[in-house]
Amino acid sequence: MIVPVSYYLILAAILFSIGVTGVLVRRNAIIVFMSIELMLNAVNLSFVAMSRALDSLDGQVFVFFVMTVAAAEVAVGLALIVAIFRSLGSADVDDAHVLRG
Amino acid sequence: MSAQVVFFFVLAVVAVVSALAMVFSRNAVYAVMFMVANFSVVALLYVLLGAPFLAAVQILVYAGAIMVLFLFVVMLMGGEPAPLWEHIPGQRPLALVFGLLLAGGLIAAVNVERLTGVPGVMTQEVLERLGQPTALAQVLFDRYLLPFEITSVLLLIGMIGAVVLAKREKRELAASQASSERRPE
Repeated sequence: MIVPVSYYLILAAILFSIGVTGVLVRRNAIIVFMSIELMLNAVNLSFVAMSRALDSLDGQVFVFFVMTVAAAEVAVGLALIVAIFRSLGSADVDDAHVLRG
Repeated sequence: MSAQVVFFFVLAVVAVVSALAMVFSRNAVYAVMFMVANFSVVALLYVLLGAPFLAAVQILVYAGAIMVLFLFVVMLMGGEPAPLWEHIPGQRPLALVFGLLLAGGLIAAVNVERLTGVPGVMTQEVLERLGQPTALAQVLFDRYLLPFEITSVLLLIGMIGAVVLAKREKRELAASQASSERRPE
């Protein structure tokens, strides 16, 4: 018996919700960022699952693009966090409430 | 239950537990480690879904490059444990309630789809065809050639942006050097 696609979708839903909860609950910018990565990963999982269910490779190609965006996002986002940490001395998302450098 | 289903449930439990541990761990270094565990499990799920090439890319990009970046930044800022809950009153219960609501809603949506939607057309032969990297490459370099080329621009922008953001200003650098030279006296 092959695992039903809905199982994968439910797992992806749970992982996505955990990511959302992390963004809502944590104030450390790095953990918030990792939670966003978790959400991207959950969406990737559902993409691959649906790609198999619909017998189409488009979903897998989209996972590639999501990974590319995630890689670029991590590079820029972490650079931003480092810059904020340098100027404010903390990585708390509540401390960074002005755009002025 | 077949071996595949058992394998899926083991992986699913590990994925959920590692994700929860990542979100709720005090130490940022532990959080990164749990994130790597979670991403590796997702890579195994890709194998289970018949996408071995994506699994390899997942390990390379996430468990490799992205994890190293995160660890670097965590080390740079000092890995001291941060407090779990802060600041906004009532944030903790509200966030948990909304997180659970979201999970319930998404799971319900998935089940509605299963009850009313069209069943997938999966055969072993189709699965084997889909798993081939050549088939994936044909789609990627044919239908999605333009988006593929655009991602290269995106990566370049990301690279330049990161360098510009992380670069210290010259006077700032000089000031910090001057202060570190003065210190030993």
